Amino acid sequence: MDYKDREVLVEVKDLQQYFKLGRHGVVKAVDGINFKIFRGETFGLVGESGSGKSTTGRTMIRLYKPTGGEVWMKGKLASGKIPKEDIAYVNRNMQMIFQDPMACLNPRMKVIDIVAEGIDIHKLAKTKEERRQKVIDIIKLVGLDEQHLERYPHEFSGGQRQRIGIARAMAVEPEFIIADEPISALDVSIQAQVVNLMNELKEHKGLTYLFIAHDLSMVKYISDRIAVMFKGKIVELTTSEQLFAKPLHPYTRSLLSAIPLPDPITERTRRRIAYEPAKEHDYANNPPSWHEVEPGHFILANDQELAKWVALYK
Amino acid sequence: MNNNKVLEVKDLEVNFRTYAGDVQAVRGISFDLYEGETLAIVGESGSGKSVTVKAIMGLLASNGYYAGGEINYEDINIAKTKEKDLHSVRGNQIAMVFQDPMTSLDPTMTIGKQIMEVILLHQNVSKSEAYQKAVKLIELVGISSPEDRMKQYPHQFSGGMRQRIVIAIALACEPKILIADEPTTALDVTIQAQILDLMKDLQQKIGASVIFITHDLGVVANVADRVAVMYAGRIVEIGTADEIFYDPQHPYTWGLIGSMPDLDTDGDLYAIPGTPPNLLRPPKGDAFAIRSEFAMQIDFEEQPPFFKVSETHQAATWLLHEDAPKVTPPAVIGKRRERLKEV
Repeated sequence: MDYKDREVLVEVKDLQQYFKLGRHGVVKAVDGINFKIFRGETFGLVGESGSGKSTTGRTMIRLYKPTGGEVWMKGKLASGKIPKEDIAYVNRNMQMIFQDPMACLNPRMKVIDIVAEGIDIHKLAKTKEERRQKVIDIIKLVGLDEQHLERYPHEFSGGQRQRIGIARAMAVEPEFIIADEPISALDVSIQAQVVNLMNELKEHKGLTYLFIAHDLSMVKYISDRIAVMFKGKIVELTTSEQLFAKPLHPYTRSLLSAIPLPDPITERTRRRIAYEPAKEHDYANNPPSWHEVEPGHFILANDQELAKWVALYK
Repeated sequence: MNNNKVLEVKDLEVNFRTYAGDVQAVRGISFDLYEGETLAIVGESGSGKSVTVKAIMGLLASNGYYAGGEINYEDINIAKTKEKDLHSVRGNQIAMVFQDPMTSLDPTMTIGKQIMEVILLHQNVSKSEAYQKAVKLIELVGISSPEDRMKQYPHQFSGGMRQRIVIAIALACEPKILIADEPTTALDVTIQAQILDLMKDLQQKIGASVIFITHDLGVVANVADRVAVMYAGRIVEIGTADEIFYDPQHPYTWGLIGSMPDLDTDGDLYAIPGTPPNLLRPPKGDAFAIRSEFAMQIDFEEQPPFFKVSETHQAATWLLHEDAPKVTPPAVIGKRRERLKEV
């Protein structure tokens, strides 16, 4: 399907998130980024630590107040001063799964109350029995069992805790879930379980994900489209096949050349590409802008770079 | 790589005393380390890989003890050696690089002092000689203007730079064995790539043998000559990197490889169900049996011995017994066997 015909669920417009550092310093964690997320897709956001990918997710769900820019969800404003009638919609339909499954669950609450918190807030259950039944349904959906309801988070393993985190996000039947490194704290064998679960839920419930991660092979596997962030800016955005087949931005190429693959034959012949922004770019006189090189494939570049990089695949 | 053994671990058992009883973290593992090779030990958290190398370094936590077996290095058995006799070995002939470079460096000491400390402790040199050596080491690990860097503190370095310094300290005495416990896990992929290249480069220069602990199979594929796969305190499979990656035999190795997507993976990931066992009361037989779709009756009753697949490749699974039924491994593994044939 042509991407232009697809329904946009979430739109991020010129989002900025600055943090004050001491009296004079400012960290531009997110520095004017734009992207759209289509309904039913998994949108991957990758970058190294400090690139601003987690901040983007946290600002989108209003854990921070953005310095500038807007977030829209289905034509409704979802950042800053949200109209009163839309607040309940936005709160309910945008949910988050966190990285550390131990830190994100209240250790003093039972699983049933953790999962039902959203149900209570949004008044989705009329009676106690209905509330319990709803929680049971969700907890079974994520592969846990009724017997787990009365337990506390410390009684579970990391993978199970992450399932509880997913169940909590799912409890209010959201349309959009932000997953901030949901598997990086888990063991390899458990990672696959959680990723398979996320994919299943996406298919059954028609969910849309923003998947934030630094593990590129996992991001490629799970995402339909990927945006690459570097120092607060998105430098390249395209479908995951295109990104791996034809990476244009030198940072993307450097990142791809560094992914460790479980394949000794490839590893032996690997050539790494180094990326040094100072040498690579001459942005003093010729600042970069956002270009669409092919339908749906965007990069941040100035005119000379654009010509040079596109020529790579001619 | 040649066939001179530098380290021999034999039937090593390590337990930890806890209020609930003894946790059997390492349950009888044996392997040899040869001169100049890199042996990777892979496994999930709690599989006993870190405990194994801490035991080799003589660095067990105070509630841990050697419950059996030997660690033979030159003419000593590290498991039986007194703490004070270990000082000449540890840091000098066997050195270690830890996971988190921030916690393994002293934040109140300059980098120069920390490197010189090791040299002065183990080598009979003057202060100025030690200084010169330290400068050379900083240069060796690829950090520019070493003399200025000597005066700086760890917080003035980035994560990758700090790990370079930790490596410099570990290599200060040109150890025979370098143990690296998840040395790149805390780093970004591009920095990780640099550090791995650096380690391989330096290993060739000084000819050390390396034991590399990690849970990242991509990193293993990059650095390892041989691979040992650990599960629930035991080695379940050991072989050359090619044998483990392209012709694995143990169902746990299948699961481990299958659960990591490569760049062509489509469809569901091959996930291992369940979680690792509690080593307070390790299960009878093959510890992986309960999570394995290939488990047979005997797996629950008797611990499988090592079956030889080739001169260098062994796996502890009853599937290799001559009476075992032939099973088809998951599709991912089949594809990998094909891949090896192509090359």
